[in-house]
Amino acid sequence: MPQKRIVLRNCGVINPKDITTYLDRDGFKALKKVFDELTCEQVIEEIKASGLRGRGGAGFPCGLKWALARKAQGNEKYVICNADEGEVGTFKDRYILEGDPFTLIEAMAIAGYAIGAKKGYIYLRAEYHHHLDLLTNAIGQSREKGFLEHFDIDIREGAGSYVCGEETALMDSIEGKRGEVRYRPPFPPSRGLWAKPTIINNVETLMNIPQIILNGAHWFNQVGTEQSRGTKVFSVSGDVKKPGVYELELGSRLKELVEDLALAERVKMVQVGGATGRIIPYEMIDTPLAFENILGAGAIIVFDETRDIIDVVYRTMEFLAEESCGKCAPCREGTEVMVEILGRFSRGEGEERDIAVLQGLSQAMMLSSLCGLGQAAPIPVIDSLQYFRSAYENRIQKN
Amino acid sequence: MNKGQEELLVLLQKAQNEFGYLSEETMAELAKCLALSISDVYGVATFYSFLSTKPLGRNVIRICKSMPCYLKHCQTITNTVEKEIGIKPGETTPDGKFSFQLTNCIGACDKAPAMMINNDVYDNLTPRKISRILKAYK
Repeated sequence: MPQKRIVLRNCGVINPKDITTYLDRDGFKALKKVFDELTCEQVIEEIKASGLRGRGGAGFPCGLKWALARKAQGNEKYVICNADEGEVGTFKDRYILEGDPFTLIEAMAIAGYAIGAKKGYIYLRAEYHHHLDLLTNAIGQSREKGFLEHFDIDIREGAGSYVCGEETALMDSIEGKRGEVRYRPPFPPSRGLWAKPTIINNVETLMNIPQIILNGAHWFNQVGTEQSRGTKVFSVSGDVKKPGVYELELGSRLKELVEDLALAERVKMVQVGGATGRIIPYEMIDTPLAFENILGAGAIIVFDETRDIIDVVYRTMEFLAEESCGKCAPCREGTEVMVEILGRFSRGEGEERDIAVLQGLSQAMMLSSLCGLGQAAPIPVIDSLQYFRSAYENRIQKN
Repeated sequence: MNKGQEELLVLLQKAQNEFGYLSEETMAELAKCLALSISDVYGVATFYSFLSTKPLGRNVIRICKSMPCYLKHCQTITNTVEKEIGIKPGETTPDGKFSFQLTNCIGACDKAPAMMINNDVYDNLTPRKISRILKAYK
């Protein structure tokens, strides 16, 4: 299946430093349509009908999120664009920001109109500081043209923290605090940034908004599957000949992406979704990429036959233990225990009881961690035990 | 909303940028200005990896050690930088020119291995490119 560029339609086509090139490609027509022809409720209904789900990993229905914030009481509401993109193997948002900051700005203004917010923030990870000028410039040009009269946008920079990509940790970071995860409920649409109703959407999610408004929800429904409408921008890296971003219809097969497009050979396994993503052994490479199958944020890391599964899982767990915000015990302590056990396996010093400990700990972390980091940290462990059990058993020290 | 708290991270970032690190004096001063406890300020300063409470060199090298860069031999790049400037990750050169750190995924995975020096990103790295890249920094 060829690529279908909805999100990336302007990347490499317009000049990201010149708003007139965006205006030439229907730029800000969706915002005008929203002001002239649609009520806030109608905008939200259109997004709901489109079936658009979050593209940052969680897949929450976008229209529902906006509807909850619309319903919430209060005059002070916020739109946040999550440009923290710290998920390992993910760089799609970087491509989007580099190529088409204007669509993002238009989308945020539409979101503001829909929920009744006058202010938006783009939370830009520290590692993307070199894109700050481009974004600032794009916001400035949008203001000059009068598109941000009712809704203004500020940029807040991160300072190096993976967990600040989690929406509540992100809000704490904007509030000047340690990026710690919040207890929920309350959820951000009712009580978010500075306790005000807030929507937090991923960059890629927002990029779909203007096209949905211009072409209609029905148009968006023609693409993808029933539970996964639209396209997904995949970030492909690792043991492939053609790493990079690929935008495909949701429901496309992993095999097509990895072998036909990215030209991988002798594949042993693929991790789909990021550091806490599913590990797919080659026998299952024909799996569809969709929320109802496997997806995450769309990070695709390919491992060939030379790679060692224990090494991969160990290094991944080291990353997660390092980046844990530390607030809840299941994650803070659980990841450290897993690092210790996996470290011993990597040195061939596994013990008989270790596998049972890993399994029991996995259940505990998935049930009781405060956020997706801790809840999903055991996934690579569970998948590797399921598909590559012998790799563990071969490293158990026999006494 | 604590107005003081709201400005803390932004001010810490500004101070990090200007002074190269966050000294005890800086943190104490910020605590006083924002009516926060010094432990609150210290807690935020030590949470984020791009903030440092220890003096750093004029130029900070951050080599990505996450999975896609690991698969593309970031260890070789790390070894090359070590040989080139004579320090290990976590250290600063005696002349204060470079600090050297390992960092987590910087989003350059399709062009791995990659590193940052200050705010500049260098990707598709090979050992041969390192010397020329480092020479550009004072």
